[in-house]
Amino acid sequence: MRYLTDRKRAEGRGASGTGTEHHWYMTVSAVGLALIVPILIYVIGSTLGSDRATVLDVFAHPVIAILTGLGLFVGLQHFQKGAQTAIEDYFRKSTKKVLIISVTVLSYGLTAFGLFALAKIAL
Amino acid sequence: MVQLTLPKNSKIRTGKTWPKPEGATNVRAFHIYRWNPDDGENPRVDTYHLDMDKCGPMVLDALIKIKNEVDPTLTFRRSCREGICGSCAMNIDGINTLACIYGLDEIKGDVKIYPLPHMSVVKDLIPDLTHFYAQHASIMPWLETKTNRPAKEWRQSIEDRKKLDGLYECVMCASCSTACPSYWWNSDRYLGPAALLHAYRWIVDSRDEATGERLDDLEDPFKLYRCHTIMNCAKTCPKGLNPAKAIAEIKKMMVERTV
Repeated sequence: MRYLTDRKRAEGRGASGTGTEHHWYMTVSAVGLALIVPILIYVIGSTLGSDRATVLDVFAHPVIAILTGLGLFVGLQHFQKGAQTAIEDYFRKSTKKVLIISVTVLSYGLTAFGLFALAKIAL
Repeated sequence: MVQLTLPKNSKIRTGKTWPKPEGATNVRAFHIYRWNPDDGENPRVDTYHLDMDKCGPMVLDALIKIKNEVDPTLTFRRSCREGICGSCAMNIDGINTLACIYGLDEIKGDVKIYPLPHMSVVKDLIPDLTHFYAQHASIMPWLETKTNRPAKEWRQSIEDRKKLDGLYECVMCASCSTACPSYWWNSDRYLGPAALLHAYRWIVDSRDEATGERLDDLEDPFKLYRCHTIMNCAKTCPKGLNPAKAIAEIKKMMVERTV
């Protein structure tokens, strides 16, 4: 039991002065992904059933490789920030911090693996 | 993690079923949440029966009839009986609304009445709105000016006045905030739709000179950005307002001064 006034409970520690850049990044990346993802789905769909050499040829094409790289980077950044928001919604204290760190490591790790694989194919 | 189930002492049990009115042909059942902090019992749902031929058309009419004629211990807030004071907000038939302007003819079958969700209950249908009101006070719901007071009045064009329409009508009934899942989980830090609608009402007021400070006070991942555009607030508002739109306008203003 803490003897805090109602106003102090409502004000908390004030405003952190952040959040807008996160919101803007999510808006911009959502628009970007709305363009990139359908193209990638089409490209991946068109390679279904092809042999390995054909698939590698498709992803070695500069435009497709750049789009795939962008999709990986922007998509996983979008995932990381969205997952962070969901974790902040439902978890508290240490669990929250551990989960946010885990999601960040996972998304950067997947980005690095994906870009490395793409570089091996395209370069 | 957030608590997804009710604690043992909050689990709702079946309560008393009150007798049907004698000789009535048009009878309707009302299942009403009851909880008394003084008896140490769990909450329960009591069932009442009313003769609809002798009852007014609104849910509040039925509640007043039950209190006057059946069970005087039933406790609820009410005042204006015309949707202006916001006192009688409660969850009726699964919707947060004002009992005084919600018609019984809008409900099919039995009438289920609970207090506003996810709030501490003071007694029966009365939620504790202390924190909700403190959050409203924290957004400084008054005109902030720095210029010396004019001789006659703060003037406002007709166009600027129109920007307050859809905002000033809010009666602070808390239906929207208590319908918002983000507010359920994070009401300690998230201001909620009602307080943010009021914040925007003062931000957009052409006479107010504290726009920057008001935006500064809201720029926070929790105070403002917990709104995920779920839209329950707009769907449930008994006055037909759109708090989600007001929040989106605040977010747009935040972006405009950053980008």
